[in-house]
Amino acid sequence: MIAIIDYKAGNLTSVKLALEHLGVACAITRDPAVILEADRVIFPGDGAAASAMEHLRELNLLEPLREVVAQGKPTLGICLGTQVIFDWSDEDGGVPCIGLMPGHVRKFVAPDPLCKIPQMGWNTMRFTRKHPLFEGIENDSEFYFIHSYYPAPESRDLVMGETEYADATFASAVGKGNLFATQFHPERSGRVGMKLVENFTKWNGQC
Amino acid sequence: MLTKRIVPCLDVRNRKVTKGVKFQNNVDLGDPIEMAVAYSDGGADELVFYDITASAERRPIDIGMVEEIGRVVHIPFAVGGGIENLDDMYKVLLAGAEKVSVNSLAVRNPAIIESGAKIFGSQCIVLGMDPVMVDDRDRFPSGYEVTTRGFRERTGMDALEWARRAEGLGVGEIVVNSVDADGTRAGFELVLTKLIATNVGIPVVASGGAGTPQHLIDVFKLAHADAAIVASMVHTGDYSIAAIKSELDAAGVPVRKKW
Repeated sequence: MIAIIDYKAGNLTSVKLALEHLGVACAITRDPAVILEADRVIFPGDGAAASAMEHLRELNLLEPLREVVAQGKPTLGICLGTQVIFDWSDEDGGVPCIGLMPGHVRKFVAPDPLCKIPQMGWNTMRFTRKHPLFEGIENDSEFYFIHSYYPAPESRDLVMGETEYADATFASAVGKGNLFATQFHPERSGRVGMKLVENFTKWNGQC
Repeated sequence: MLTKRIVPCLDVRNRKVTKGVKFQNNVDLGDPIEMAVAYSDGGADELVFYDITASAERRPIDIGMVEEIGRVVHIPFAVGGGIENLDDMYKVLLAGAEKVSVNSLAVRNPAIIESGAKIFGSQCIVLGMDPVMVDDRDRFPSGYEVTTRGFRERTGMDALEWARRAEGLGVGEIVVNSVDADGTRAGFELVLTKLIATNVGIPVVASGGAGTPQHLIDVFKLAHADAAIVASMVHTGDYSIAAIKSELDAAGVPVRKKW
């Protein structure tokens, strides 16, 4: 069973629908016991970093999340979920985050007035490393992005895939052991994205 | 590189996709779910559903249909029409939509955009606007006035002023639907689209008038739209999304090619 962590951030339903489409048992939950019992965990989210951290604290979900990652359970972060696993986000005037992934989250700066923030739409990801979650996916495939901030990991070793937008070549996929996270929405990235989700449902957490 | 989005728009009435010219003489075009799957599989980058019945007759949104769409489509989609309050926004997003589009509601109550953006995030709040060309620069410096309720009511608001204000209130994207071009298949309103697209910092979706791939090339290259809505030209089967994209690609417009 896959636990989809519900911390009052959007986009939970599309993740659930994607898993159901693949025939994988899942539950949207904010119950720490359910999260700790799950075989794997998805940490999604749309919205802003400060309220996300507030909700995670208020719902006592920080510890269970840290614990499943420490236990080696395959864990997938998506969009805002990906951003708040870093140490720090520049959003909302600066927010200390969970710190499961060393690095911080920065805001795009538009190099010209025609470059819009947020980045909204399909952009390519270039693989920087091999990863089991990329199995069966072509390099430079397009994924669906919707964000104004992007992950900036401390080390290149954490970067699994890169994408260019505005003033940045940023880490659109990051990985550290059993923790993998994407800035794009695989569950809304058509067949290519569904392949990544499917790979996650079969991943043993090893690289 | 971020690609330009091709977004089929499905106007839905009584669970049938319809299309008329300037909101008149609507004809049934097919089943919304079947059409959504066909477009999603055929390379559409996003979908927009307007429940025009809800908007014109003040009926609630068909949440059951939103759920069905979310189940079969694995690309982003927006829902508009009939959203009356924050609870409606929540229901639509919870049902699986990526974005909600507000139009008349935002005109009546601009604060709803601000609240929606704060609660759900700017990225899922879309402002739809239906500007009409007017020859009264004193009252409408941009040359366009915002209309609502299926173009039936004038608002006295200048289109560019409204777009900027909505951006300030936190919308994540603006759909600019030209009243003058809607349903004509004679090309997008390039002047209007460019005016909005080059004066706001958020993505702008051009809507109304798409008839040929060249119209899309023009709206992307000349008017700087970030996305373009297509309806009749694809609903009738005259063009496939793939055919449109291959012409855009040949003209040097970045498009998503693998799906």
